[in-house]
Amino acid sequence: MLKYNILIGGEAGQGMDTLAVLLEKILKRQGYYVFSNKDYMSRIRGGHNFIQLRFGTETIVSHHPVLDVMIALDQRTIETHIDRLQEKGIIICDDSLQSEDTRVISMALKETAKGIGNIKVFGSIAIGAVMKLFGLTINQVEEVFKEKFDGETSMVNIAAFQKGYELVESYFQIDSPAEDNHILINSNQAIALGALAAGVSFYAGYPMTPATSIMTYLSEKQEDAGIVVEQVEDEISAINMAIGASYAGARAMTGTSGGGFSLMVEALGLAGITETPLVVANIQRPGPATGLPTRTEQSDLSFVLTASHGEIPRMVIAVRNPEDAFYQTARALNLADKYQMLVILLGDQFLSDAMETIEPFDFGRIAINRYLAGKEVVTEDEYIRYQLTENGLSPRIIPGKNEGQIVLVDSDEHNEYGHITEAAEIRSNMMEKRMKRMVYLKKEILEPNYYGVKHPEVLLLGWGSMDGPLKEAIELLQKDGIGAGALAFGDLYPLPTKLLDKYSSSALKIINVEQNYTGQLAKLIRQETGIVCHNSILKYDGRQMSGYEIYLRLKGEVL
Amino acid sequence: MLEIKMYDFNDEIAWCPGCGNYSILPALKEALAELELKPHQVVVASGIGQAAKLPHYINVNGFNGLHGRAVPPASGIKIANKDLKVIIHSGDGDSYGEGGNHLMHGIRRNVDITHFVHDNQIYGLTKGQGSPTTAQGQKTTMQLDGVRMETLNPLALAVSLDCSFVARSFSGNRKHLVSIMKEAMNHKGYALVDILQPCVIFNQVNTFKWYKDRVYYLDEGYDPTDRVAAFQKSLEWETSIPLGIIYKTEKPSYIDKISYLAGGSTLVDRQWQPEDAEKFMKDFM
Repeated sequence: MLKYNILIGGEAGQGMDTLAVLLEKILKRQGYYVFSNKDYMSRIRGGHNFIQLRFGTETIVSHHPVLDVMIALDQRTIETHIDRLQEKGIIICDDSLQSEDTRVISMALKETAKGIGNIKVFGSIAIGAVMKLFGLTINQVEEVFKEKFDGETSMVNIAAFQKGYELVESYFQIDSPAEDNHILINSNQAIALGALAAGVSFYAGYPMTPATSIMTYLSEKQEDAGIVVEQVEDEISAINMAIGASYAGARAMTGTSGGGFSLMVEALGLAGITETPLVVANIQRPGPATGLPTRTEQSDLSFVLTASHGEIPRMVIAVRNPEDAFYQTARALNLADKYQMLVILLGDQFLSDAMETIEPFDFGRIAINRYLAGKEVVTEDEYIRYQLTENGLSPRIIPGKNEGQIVLVDSDEHNEYGHITEAAEIRSNMMEKRMKRMVYLKKEILEPNYYGVKHPEVLLLGWGSMDGPLKEAIELLQKDGIGAGALAFGDLYPLPTKLLDKYSSSALKIINVEQNYTGQLAKLIRQETGIVCHNSILKYDGRQMSGYEIYLRLKGEVL
Repeated sequence: MLEIKMYDFNDEIAWCPGCGNYSILPALKEALAELELKPHQVVVASGIGQAAKLPHYINVNGFNGLHGRAVPPASGIKIANKDLKVIIHSGDGDSYGEGGNHLMHGIRRNVDITHFVHDNQIYGLTKGQGSPTTAQGQKTTMQLDGVRMETLNPLALAVSLDCSFVARSFSGNRKHLVSIMKEAMNHKGYALVDILQPCVIFNQVNTFKWYKDRVYYLDEGYDPTDRVAAFQKSLEWETSIPLGIIYKTEKPSYIDKISYLAGGSTLVDRQWQPEDAEKFMKDFM
């Protein structure tokens, strides 16, 4: 089965995003599997940005470094990426750009666009040419353009597309796809949709790349869904406001990236000690401080495991792909309510921008479980918010709903009624009450995904966005006859250990594969199980490893 | 009018003898009783400080959160359940220092909450350091040569932000305090009430007598709807300190601007099933 790779590159502001959205949507609608990822700079105009789009007739879970076609909107794109173009690849660019390479098809994109009536549509000419190079039909082209642009703009873009389609001959071969029955979505959109499905009614946040798109999507749906999305003055306000809304009984959530998460840290403890359900999404980017704002990293795991002074119960879940993001977000919200505690979702920039064709979400699989106390607590008696119980969980009611009953919560250590106390015995009881959740959570955690042979000699360990690349790397290793397997963790804390024990026992080499410098998953595993990784494949340049890259590095550095 | 003892709570009060808070607490109970707000209908949110202990001494819902962070949870509570009467009680350090950013944007957000600041112009709980409202030059346990920073004028700040209700009262006049509290709680929108209060332990400058000698009451001749006049009034301090409603304006509250929330059920009572979100999947088809 062939998978093709297209790169669209140019300066910020040249419209690559629009071209990619059009092309990936047309391919998706025609029935192809699509996987695209973005590489962009933290600027609005200029610089060098690119989008890679991979498509084929089977599921695709990772990007790939070798390119078949490049659409170069500027000279720099050609110079930066030409080494990655396969021998028989093609570069499409305007004839104003210079290259002696025989693989360049230089076209009068801008002049032709002017002739059509608008120089801005030159990119649509390029898309027409690319579709023709792959011998694709024009099925769905008009529909997608008409959805993207208003009347006249769509007509002139369609005309441009047709021009491009006529300018070249078919060159590559690809099988006909099955009928389209997928959705095309990234993980941030999936988190937002999961939150909507699971009944989030209040979301507070402060804009921060690459987490902003969760809030943007929820904001667009505010009125339709009857929810409130509030852009606040800072992340401290975001989390405190979400905790207030949750205390009041709304299903509330907040999200940010590492810098904003740093500001939220004190309030993580507030959620912990007040036993207020809360889901916080941290969509990671490379730190420290401002770091690389638009790039990717998995360097906040160690941080979120202990963030907050003092000790609180917490659960940490990394999303691995858009499908996982949708179901895990809903699950996180239910677990937060069930255990009246903090659940942290980890994503990253790669996932936030990577579009993937997947099965439509099954909303029937989602349940909204609030675990609020029922009539048994609604008596004439006073309500005791922190009543000591065997499992540490006290019945939770919504303030204002029961006459004669009030709900008092406190960031100070408190007694069963929520009143400040410094009594040693109560303090111990309350610590035990809160921390008991970690025992019960062990029954809730999900084992990691496993890819590979039954008894792996080489065991790769990764988490979150490494899932897809690890899966592809294992396929490549197996083709070479290497008995390899990979565990891709979603639930990270408490750490699930059953599959880890099972596969690590036969492995001669255990290798952690992570997008960070210190090998944070390996540290966590060593801390929780004593299992030590023999080697590491680490990357911290802000660019995501592909499956192919993992494969090459394993062969070069380890095997 | 409800019975005041309905709000009584038999928790040991940890304020110092002679503290102005002992006058503010019964005033609040009286105001709530007169407004016929039952304990379960009210939430008192606070940060950390002496004033912020108040939720523990009154029988209503309470959210005693983090230092400086009373405004965000109070806003979240009101947005989640607009049927609740949401009140903040916190001090000058909590409200104007650590929480300054939230105060500024809370006023801009104009959620219908009432913010009572127990302003004793000093840090009490941490033992006598200068607060934003401590006079410049005043010697404290931390600023041994006197406070170097200029003094914050919270009322002028609030008027400049077009805060929908701005008032000042004094713990030494229960009747006035109750009446201002009621007006503030009845006002729709963000209401800031700065309550002057002596700290008998750490502020030897702004004593009960110091306040008593300077305060005067705004009379019917004063028009609190004139913003420019209100700004001017808010600047009065050294020798004569006006008490009463400095400024008020009628404008849509935060919830009023969200039609489906203003006209519909609370977020807490929102009816929603997972399948209701299925329609949004068309964005990704």
